[in-house]
Amino acid sequence: MEYLIGIQGQDFVLVAADNIAANSIIQMKQDQDKMFKLSDKILLLCVGEAGDTVQFAEYIQKNIQLYKMRNGYELSPKAAANFTRKNLADYLRSRTPYHVNLLLAGFDETDGPGLYYMDHLSALAKAPFAAHGYGAYLTLSILDRYYRPDLTRDEAVDLLKKCVEELNKRFILNLPSFTVRLIDTEGIHDLEKLMPVGAKLLAPAPSS
Amino acid sequence: IYDRAITVFSPDGHLFQVEYAQEAVKKGSTAVGIRGKDIVVLGVEKKSVAKLQEERTVRKICALDDHVCMAFAGLTADARIVINRARVECQSHRLTVEDPVTVEYITRHIATLKQRYTQSNGRRPFGISALIVGFDSDGTPRLYQTDPSGTYHAWKANAIGRSAKTVREFLEKNYTEESIATDNEAIKLAIKALLELLESKEIETLVTEIEKEKEEEAEKKKQKKST
Repeated sequence: MEYLIGIQGQDFVLVAADNIAANSIIQMKQDQDKMFKLSDKILLLCVGEAGDTVQFAEYIQKNIQLYKMRNGYELSPKAAANFTRKNLADYLRSRTPYHVNLLLAGFDETDGPGLYYMDHLSALAKAPFAAHGYGAYLTLSILDRYYRPDLTRDEAVDLLKKCVEELNKRFILNLPSFTVRLIDTEGIHDLEKLMPVGAKLLAPAPSS
Repeated sequence: IYDRAITVFSPDGHLFQVEYAQEAVKKGSTAVGIRGKDIVVLGVEKKSVAKLQEERTVRKICALDDHVCMAFAGLTADARIVINRARVECQSHRLTVEDPVTVEYITRHIATLKQRYTQSNGRRPFGISALIVGFDSDGTPRLYQTDPSGTYHAWKANAIGRSAKTVREFLEKNYTEESIATDNEAIKLAIKALLELLESKEIETLVTEIEKEKEEEAEKKKQKKST
């Protein structure tokens, strides 16, 4: 039901996540943010079991911050990804495993951009592009066809739009909006929300 | 061996272990804290290190969170433990309550920790006093002091450690609305307080400013005398 996607460029990582929070067959919320800021240049995208997602993501988030306080500098994306994986792996063989699927995207001053794919069985893989959810079955082939390592930011966004268009066309569920963010040497940037044409959006919540 | 209390009352109501811990604090290098209008300043005396020692690894001012800092006087090893516990609590608070700690909360947490160690089996009190500074979410600047007994108080300005008494007297005389009018003035006051009693190895632009002011004052006095 939930969809995550990440695309790595030469000097940036582009990530997007759908905004639906569902409970069985009901859409509870259409502006859910599934991205968690681990540090100034690292984002954790987290989907899966309701409750587990936020619990696990916030736990990782606070521990990354604690590392920063204790040591005076932030964990690199690679270190953060491995830390996350280890935590997930430890909990996997306990009585209380976390059922979450993750994408970790970050920018390291030395190594450059990085995208890490992690699943609920605690597999970790660094990849140039990745996706989670049923939507991944529909969009990975598009990424295979059109991805190039030297994509510009605009080209990457266009590629992302292609993927979202395909979901809108062939995916059984209505996913009306996607939060899009980009990480580069300057940090995390919010891009315009992707709202595919024809997808039905509820009336926006009244602003107080 | 861990079932015997170490900190016990004396016949005349003293907790000697706590008082001895306070003595240990008095042996530590001085730290001063000042609360300004929009600024909080922490200054510490930089202890002269051995020739072969890496100077920059001696850190007496530590960040507890993005908005709270502390300086200490006393046993450095004890301070490391307290600081670590405080850092964990800062994140734990954010995790459970989705809000950063207030300066008072984390001070209370540290003070409670210290008090627990004055009433536990097999443990001795922490040999440090801490000056905790920061800003609450509403922008109010705060300065708190804790000591080995576990008490804490809010202060406008205070000093701990070796020459605490002298520095505090200096602050009592010189802490006025005027002296903390701007951020720069507050920092200068902290530096002046520390300069009161030590040969400072740190030469900053602010110190030269202070020297200039002293000269100007001396000039003024000379002119007054001659007229």
